[in-house]
Amino acid sequence: MRGLVLLAALVAAAAGTETFVGHQVLRIIPTSDEELQKVQELQDLEELQLDFWLAPRGLGHPVDVRVPFPSLQPLKAHLEANGVTYSIMIEDVQELLDQEQMEMLRGRRQMPVTTNTFNYASYHTLDEIYTFMDLLVAENPNLVSKLEIGRSTENRPLYVLKFSKGGTNRPAVWIDTGIHSREWVTQASGVWFAKQIVLDHENDEGLASVLDKMDIFLEIVTNPDGFAFTQTQNRMWRKTRSKQSGSACIGVDPNRNWDAGFGGSGASGNPCSETYHGPYANSEPEVKAIVDFVKNHGNIKAFVSIHSYSQLLLYPYGYTRTPVPDQKELHEVSAKAVAALSSLYGTNYKYGSIITTIYQASGGTIDWTYNQGIKYSFTFELRDTGRYGFLLPAKQIVPTAQETWLALKVIMLHARDHL
Amino acid sequence: DIDGVGHKYHLELELEDVLDKDSTVNCTAEVLYHLGNKNIAPDVQFTLEGELKNTDEADNVFYNRIKSLEKELVAENIPDNYGNVSPEMEPIHLLAWVASGYVIWQNSTENTKFQLAQIKHVKQVKRSDEYLEFDYKILLHEMLTQEIIPWQMTVLWHPQHGVEVTRDSRQPKQA
Repeated sequence: MRGLVLLAALVAAAAGTETFVGHQVLRIIPTSDEELQKVQELQDLEELQLDFWLAPRGLGHPVDVRVPFPSLQPLKAHLEANGVTYSIMIEDVQELLDQEQMEMLRGRRQMPVTTNTFNYASYHTLDEIYTFMDLLVAENPNLVSKLEIGRSTENRPLYVLKFSKGGTNRPAVWIDTGIHSREWVTQASGVWFAKQIVLDHENDEGLASVLDKMDIFLEIVTNPDGFAFTQTQNRMWRKTRSKQSGSACIGVDPNRNWDAGFGGSGASGNPCSETYHGPYANSEPEVKAIVDFVKNHGNIKAFVSIHSYSQLLLYPYGYTRTPVPDQKELHEVSAKAVAALSSLYGTNYKYGSIITTIYQASGGTIDWTYNQGIKYSFTFELRDTGRYGFLLPAKQIVPTAQETWLALKVIMLHARDHL
Repeated sequence: DIDGVGHKYHLELELEDVLDKDSTVNCTAEVLYHLGNKNIAPDVQFTLEGELKNTDEADNVFYNRIKSLEKELVAENIPDNYGNVSPEMEPIHLLAWVASGYVIWQNSTENTKFQLAQIKHVKQVKRSDEYLEFDYKILLHEMLTQEIIPWQMTVLWHPQHGVEVTRDSRQPKQA
């Protein structure tokens, strides 16, 4: 008892403050009745301002106590004098709080203020990506503009960024990412591509020469309804979110909904299937918007639709084994593009026509665009090959985007050289 | 093509250690897909040309860590939606990968290509013997149909006795 009075007096002499700087959390595991009693007595000493995170329960049960800085020395001395062993669980409570605060700010999804402070190495929400687009346009009004080409089933805007150095209806390159919403590395790469075009449009010879003659159109979130759904309800959602009459199941595979071999082998007629082609071609507003855009533009020369995963570069056809007339040229361009991609990090890609390389798929995007006369129609399947699959760690976003960009430049340059 | 029996494939593979890209072993294999009956797993024969790395130390560290847990291990979403796997969960992830390999083999045909997409839930089951037992609910991704298929598997493991899947069953699809 005398020891406790002394202890209290020492602490009273060193009054505490309100922050948690220097506070520690100690863990005591009483293994004897004596120890247990000593620990229980501490609860009565209000001057120590001890904060029990785990109150004494019995022998063998840990007791966790936050100790304000001024009480530390006296308390430890007291415990040691009484043969009570303790360990330090948290060295400095304030430090931990500061760290947590930082992570919360990061995780609390604060809107980026400029595209220079935007974190390209993490996954973002739909709102953050829309904000990014507006920022990019505001920062580069002479190069970038934003077009709305339609609305999704749930009435979300379908935005396309246009990169142009001028002219009227120049021949153009189209790139889309995120048509299958669970393929998150693609939307993330699309954001990176947008920024990269802005960064490089003058100093990178290849890109500058492309933009001298051509415009680039980039649709980053091609399936916004699906994307929102992957963030809130089901990370593995692939399709659109349209209601299907006569079925409880929702959504159409937007890469089976195009008017090329529509409804044939390589797509499903079952609304509950992941490869459901939909009630008719272009039934999905997300698809129709692009179809209308391509037809109205009339001067698109290269069309690239980006997916994940499998590490493949593919050209048409998917719906039939008949090779495209330009098979040889597309194969050569693919070889070159894949070589450029691999040169950066050694990532291995295979390439070929859809049907011979991956599987038969009807109603696919690039089969339609090719049949429209867009010779350089390609699909990418980005990283990885299955270890993480759709759940690619964020630290692979930038390397994936970087290597893919090299391949995209090969395709764009080839298109520009063959206008 | 083997008339009346099925299709046989002869494969030459290079196996690469997932945890050490420079460590590779060559392998030859023969896979026979049976004609007609889709309920029989393909026959697999293989020969390793070399040795697999010894993992005794890591196995024992993991084994002892789990054995000394006060409460049975429970975890969800490995990797999480952003691809993260905490270091403590990495062996649980790898174990699921190996075990799902067995499930995939048992359910493969010439027209399937399965990958483990995610562990939705894993629960350790207390045992009185020396084995570790885990009840996994996993998601398999099938390439051709692009379906995400929930699957339950009960996995036994012991450093000296290896992996065994004692029970597995396909689960109904999420709405």
